[in-house]
Amino acid sequence: MKAIKNIGLVIFLLGLAIFTTLPLLGTFNLNEADFNTIVKGQNIKSDVFINAIKSDIVGQDFNGMQTLSPKISKAIENANETHTKKKEWDKKIYTKSSDMAAMIGKKSANGFIANNKGLMWLLTFGLGILGALMFILPNVILLGKKGIKNDGIYHESATNQGWIGWMVFIFLVSFYLVLYFASEYATNWTLLVDPISEALSGNPAGHWFVYGFMYCTVMSVMAVRMYIKYRHNIYQVFRTTSVLFFQIVFAFLIPEIMVRLQMPYYDFKNAFPLDYDFFFQWNLKDLIANGGIGIFILVWGIVLTLVIVPIMVYFFGKRWYCSWVCGCGGLAETLGDPYRQHSDKSLFAWKVERYLIHAVLGFVLIMTGMTLYSFFTDTGMVLGIKTSTVQSIYSLVVGSIFAGVIGTGFYPIFGNRVWCRFGCPLAAYLGFVQRFKSRFRITTNGGQCISCGNCSTYCEQGIDVRAYAQKGENIIRSSCVGCGICSAVCPRGVLKLENGPEKGRINPTEILLGNDVDLMDLINQK
Amino acid sequence: MEHIVIIGNGISGVTVARHIRKLSDKKITIVSAETDFFFSRTALMYVYMGHMKFEHTQPYENWFWKKNRIELKKGYVKTVETASKTLHFTEGDTLQYDKLVIATGSKPNKFGWPGQDLEGVMGMYHKQDLDNLEMQAPNKDICKRAVIVGGGLIGIELAEMLNSRKIPVTFLVRESSFWNGVLPEGESQMLNKHIKNHHIDLRLSTNLKEIKSDENGKVKSIIIEETGEELECNVVGLTAGVSPNIDFIKDSEIEIGRGIKVNRFLETNIPDVYAIGDCAEQHEAIGNRRPIEAVWYTGRMMGETLAQTICGNRIEYKPGHWFNSAKFLDIEYQTYGWVFGVRGRPEYEKHFHWKHNKEDICITVSFHKDTNEFLGINTFGIRMRHEIFDKWLTEKRDVDYVMSYLKDANFDPEFYKAYENEIITQYNSEFNTNLTAHKKSWKRIFSKA
Repeated sequence: MKAIKNIGLVIFLLGLAIFTTLPLLGTFNLNEADFNTIVKGQNIKSDVFINAIKSDIVGQDFNGMQTLSPKISKAIENANETHTKKKEWDKKIYTKSSDMAAMIGKKSANGFIANNKGLMWLLTFGLGILGALMFILPNVILLGKKGIKNDGIYHESATNQGWIGWMVFIFLVSFYLVLYFASEYATNWTLLVDPISEALSGNPAGHWFVYGFMYCTVMSVMAVRMYIKYRHNIYQVFRTTSVLFFQIVFAFLIPEIMVRLQMPYYDFKNAFPLDYDFFFQWNLKDLIANGGIGIFILVWGIVLTLVIVPIMVYFFGKRWYCSWVCGCGGLAETLGDPYRQHSDKSLFAWKVERYLIHAVLGFVLIMTGMTLYSFFTDTGMVLGIKTSTVQSIYSLVVGSIFAGVIGTGFYPIFGNRVWCRFGCPLAAYLGFVQRFKSRFRITTNGGQCISCGNCSTYCEQGIDVRAYAQKGENIIRSSCVGCGICSAVCPRGVLKLENGPEKGRINPTEILLGNDVDLMDLINQK
Repeated sequence: MEHIVIIGNGISGVTVARHIRKLSDKKITIVSAETDFFFSRTALMYVYMGHMKFEHTQPYENWFWKKNRIELKKGYVKTVETASKTLHFTEGDTLQYDKLVIATGSKPNKFGWPGQDLEGVMGMYHKQDLDNLEMQAPNKDICKRAVIVGGGLIGIELAEMLNSRKIPVTFLVRESSFWNGVLPEGESQMLNKHIKNHHIDLRLSTNLKEIKSDENGKVKSIIIEETGEELECNVVGLTAGVSPNIDFIKDSEIEIGRGIKVNRFLETNIPDVYAIGDCAEQHEAIGNRRPIEAVWYTGRMMGETLAQTICGNRIEYKPGHWFNSAKFLDIEYQTYGWVFGVRGRPEYEKHFHWKHNKEDICITVSFHKDTNEFLGINTFGIRMRHEIFDKWLTEKRDVDYVMSYLKDANFDPEFYKAYENEIITQYNSEFNTNLTAHKKSWKRIFSKA
């Protein structure tokens, strides 16, 4: 069994290594016809740029994106410089150089990788999945009898912020940086999943398709790990199945199939304001232009946020979304589960959390207000500030860096819910409902707490669960996503997630159940 | 300003300090030689097992004490001079108090076994025991076998700890079945099996004769009393119960028995000196309780109560209905009210026992054989609601009522398989009743006794 695990690890690392080196490999040779298509498609009017590409790139062999990409960005830079000097504004190129390079790269890839997509998929994703499963599946036997399996978590380098943890951190952060800011280097990755993308939507894969596919793959594999680790706990099994279903079907398959059916790309479960560009001008226009289905999506999106989300939170707590449906939550609960113990439980962290998450909520609301005002009055400015500038700042700082690079990249160091806890504006909104008007609570079982601290340690949201439990108080916190792990790890059966009457939900106590009844009444009802 | 000095920073001492602070402005000092800050003793095992770091066992952040003006003094009290209200420390300094609370807890029992003080022999009670175990048994190469002597709650925890690092464990238990002094037979036997299923070498009806030393004064092996068998081992865990940690009191005026003698107000024979928690011994046992209650919960309750007395509201220590909990490897255990094992069971106490046919899940309900009054429940592998049982015990419900409304008491996580219907079916067939299980009702759960 141990041997299978080790072989699996080697296979996984091999797949990962091939995947990681792919961005720097591959040959590219752009032919004139393809380039003309791009020029046409992008409506490029810059003769300087077209000539530069034709003389420097077309028909030549390039080994690796790192040789091709700088030439393209140089060409754009030179062209724009020339046109600025000559004040030929209509000839300037506004496409980002990495997007241009990605486009050219995708068209011009012609070597081994482009010609052996299936094989390359097997050597990367295939080996990765196989190796990971070989590493995970023997745990059915190795972990022994069912029950809580946290032995050694703080002895392992991977899960105790040791060197493996830091390596994973570097890998994840780099991956997100490529994805958001240097997507041309993802060209070879897109080739691997082209066949899948073509089967679904009919289009070749872009780097977001790679991300979506990878997301589903990683979640599925790590869900297997969850099923094994928490096989005694049916709540965890159901919850894991649910997030997996919503990710694969709602976030991945349905939007791709909708594209095939000439419908807008839309994830029906992604609620505003997590889906921060839902009200952006281009999206509204796109939806309206799409007729019936577009209008349906528009109405659905608004009803989801304003009606469905709060009503569901009233009945079940925000967990129905954050740990049963949401994609960010889904990744956190599968890939992120080994890192849940790293969330900071200090009072200071809680303070930072409240400032930060409510600031993001304020930001997204102000931005959306500006956006809608601009949309209906047909202006680009609100109170002298350009709406598009605010949108770009939000997209970059919150949408890409906070939610992606920090949110997931920092899993091994700050825990798996950094984004959900400190940044997600939807979580902040749900949190208000959960805190002030909901039937959900984590019930503390009378006086049974022994202050051991397992609940707090394994709370991914950094809630000091024990602080409530040891006082006999129910846990009512806006940030709680209802993952149920506190209840699972409790050795004394103290915690239970439940939906009950609002009355008595919040129950401050000084003297716990089990002591002198008169004393309890005297102190607790003061 | 009145100076309250508390010796011991465990759950009892810290609870009394916190509540005195809530009620008053008195000067409070907590003295401890064990650790700088309060930690949860029951959680030490999880540090060794790698579930937590030691700092996670500390329920309050380090700034808490200063913010609440609770002074912490690290020092070991050598003697208490009650006439001059002075504490003398082994470090040579002294401390004056106006009121003294002794909350020094327990220490592991040693019964004079030859070799009991060798290197590698330890209890599992103090932070220092944890450090010692980490040194003596860091892995299965250095510690090739450990022997645990004494089959109680600490013994099984120590076995689980060593098991988590794959260190082979031999578990010597004096009784004929694990913890059967407390648990009824069915439960005790289920645990025997559960322990063996974890590859722990459980030896029942087995006593320790002596611990043998190697040439360096370290443990080499132990000899079993009954068979004379010699078992090689590197660590011996002595977990045969605990007794009050009161050696430093012995030369003082304070009256002691096995523990520090206190009345129902937790007062000792000396004015302004109180004792709470594991180290306190009631002159007369309260109800079915033992005179010395070495349990987390009772320590906390005594702290809650004594703070009232110290702050001018003199009240008796009146614990409510008995409850307790533990975890035996993978099996959670809770108890509410009284369910006795063979030892000490009153003649009127009758039991109903249900066990799942495959899983390690069972309950035992005890009731009065004449009046049918519900007396208590033991539950293994099913979580139950404390509030409900506390209410039923106060209301003196009969056992039929309890069985009918058992669904109200279920505290297992959502979607868990429930067993109330199976339980009630067996109950009906055993006692010729015709009860049906009522649906869970929030209204009943929230109604007060």
